[in-house]
Amino acid sequence: MSTIPQNKSDKGFFSSLANHPNTDEFTRGLWRDNPVFVQVLGMCPSLAVSNSAINALAMGLATAFVLLMSNILVSLLKDFIPKQVRIASYILIIATFVTIIDYVIQAVSIDLHKNLGAFISLIVVNCLILSRAEAFASKNNVSKSILDGLGMGLGFTFALLCIGSLREIFGSGSLFGYEFMPSNFEKWVIMVLPAGGFFSLAFLLLIFNYFKLKKEGL
Amino acid sequence: MSHSQNIEINTASSDKKMLIAMGGIGIICAILIVLTYETTAPMIEKNKAEALERAIFKVLPDITKTQAYQLNPDNTFTKSTSNDSKLPKVYGGYDDAGKLKGIAIQANGKGYGEVLNILYGYDPMQQKIIGFNVLESKETPGIGDKIEKGTFPDNFKAMDVSLSDDGSTLRNEIITVKQGEKTQKWEIDGITGATVTSRAVGNILNVSAKQWLPKVYKNVNSFTVKTAEQ
Repeated sequence: MSTIPQNKSDKGFFSSLANHPNTDEFTRGLWRDNPVFVQVLGMCPSLAVSNSAINALAMGLATAFVLLMSNILVSLLKDFIPKQVRIASYILIIATFVTIIDYVIQAVSIDLHKNLGAFISLIVVNCLILSRAEAFASKNNVSKSILDGLGMGLGFTFALLCIGSLREIFGSGSLFGYEFMPSNFEKWVIMVLPAGGFFSLAFLLLIFNYFKLKKEGL
Repeated sequence: MSHSQNIEINTASSDKKMLIAMGGIGIICAILIVLTYETTAPMIEKNKAEALERAIFKVLPDITKTQAYQLNPDNTFTKSTSNDSKLPKVYGGYDDAGKLKGIAIQANGKGYGEVLNILYGYDPMQQKIIGFNVLESKETPGIGDKIEKGTFPDNFKAMDVSLSDDGSTLRNEIITVKQGEKTQKWEIDGITGATVTSRAVGNILNVSAKQWLPKVYKNVNSFTVKTAEQ
């Protein structure tokens, strides 16, 4: 698990937005502390609903939305929530936004809702969201929490999209449902099966760590 | 630390603070959920109706037209014109010539997790179930959702649901048997590893078929005659 360096010198809303260290709150989640590839959080949805790019994208965006909104609300209410009931309050807030996104997905497409199935409700227990609420949003101001939520959310979406695309390209010979592989391409059925999720994740972690070590000169 | 002292001194007021915090957050959350529900409800309704229409075409092969019928309290079927009616509905499917090909019936019951909502196609001429589709399921991904995949739906391509001689119930109860032990046309070949869900499908179908098929079979003319007028 990574430790999060915190910038304690809050100088208010707008100056902190423009401040240089704060861009880091956003970019950190995208790459250096990527929730999936570095923190290895939220493995259940990353492996389970990444069998096609569109499922992965929808799941990533739904999680990002919940993460962003819960970060905002937790950060706004951080002085109002007593320490003893903080976890209960966070769960309540997270569950609310999960219910909201559940309705929204149903309104957009019933088929998508059916594909994501029980995993939408399971966003509530995605440890990524609770960990950002506890470790970041409850200790930082709203603007930083927004940046953190956006960064981590998009980082999660990016990671899921990588896994999903990889599995769809090799497992179904298509990307976002668009078939582009030559017709004699033999589909690797295992890639759309659960085992393919583990293979893809391991492969991507390998690449990620290779570049990380190379950059550090090891 | 002064922190722990503070808590001891302020026990009464901190209790109150906790209550206010939890209650306050609860109210905010409730308002947010209600607002979203109110805005999305019409869209969800429309999407569900479209999904149902597609499912009807899936469970009744070779149809080109559908028509909803409502079951009146006096056990007769009439064409359903409005969507607001609270009476239970079934859906007739017709081919190009307007010939009745089958009737789609919705059934629901408890699955492994939450309610399992399915739609099946009934052919009154052959007295068979000819199609099966899951409308809504929260079954365990990778386990219970096998009822939509593989060979399980093949159980319902020509399933015998003929009525007893007096026409009041099924001649044979629909039951789910262990995988590979299906010998009769009214049995469902279960799924090893998804026993609860595959049995639930059998139970839901059995209850629904007993309730609906005698009525549909007796009134089969009300489905054919009405379309002839169309």
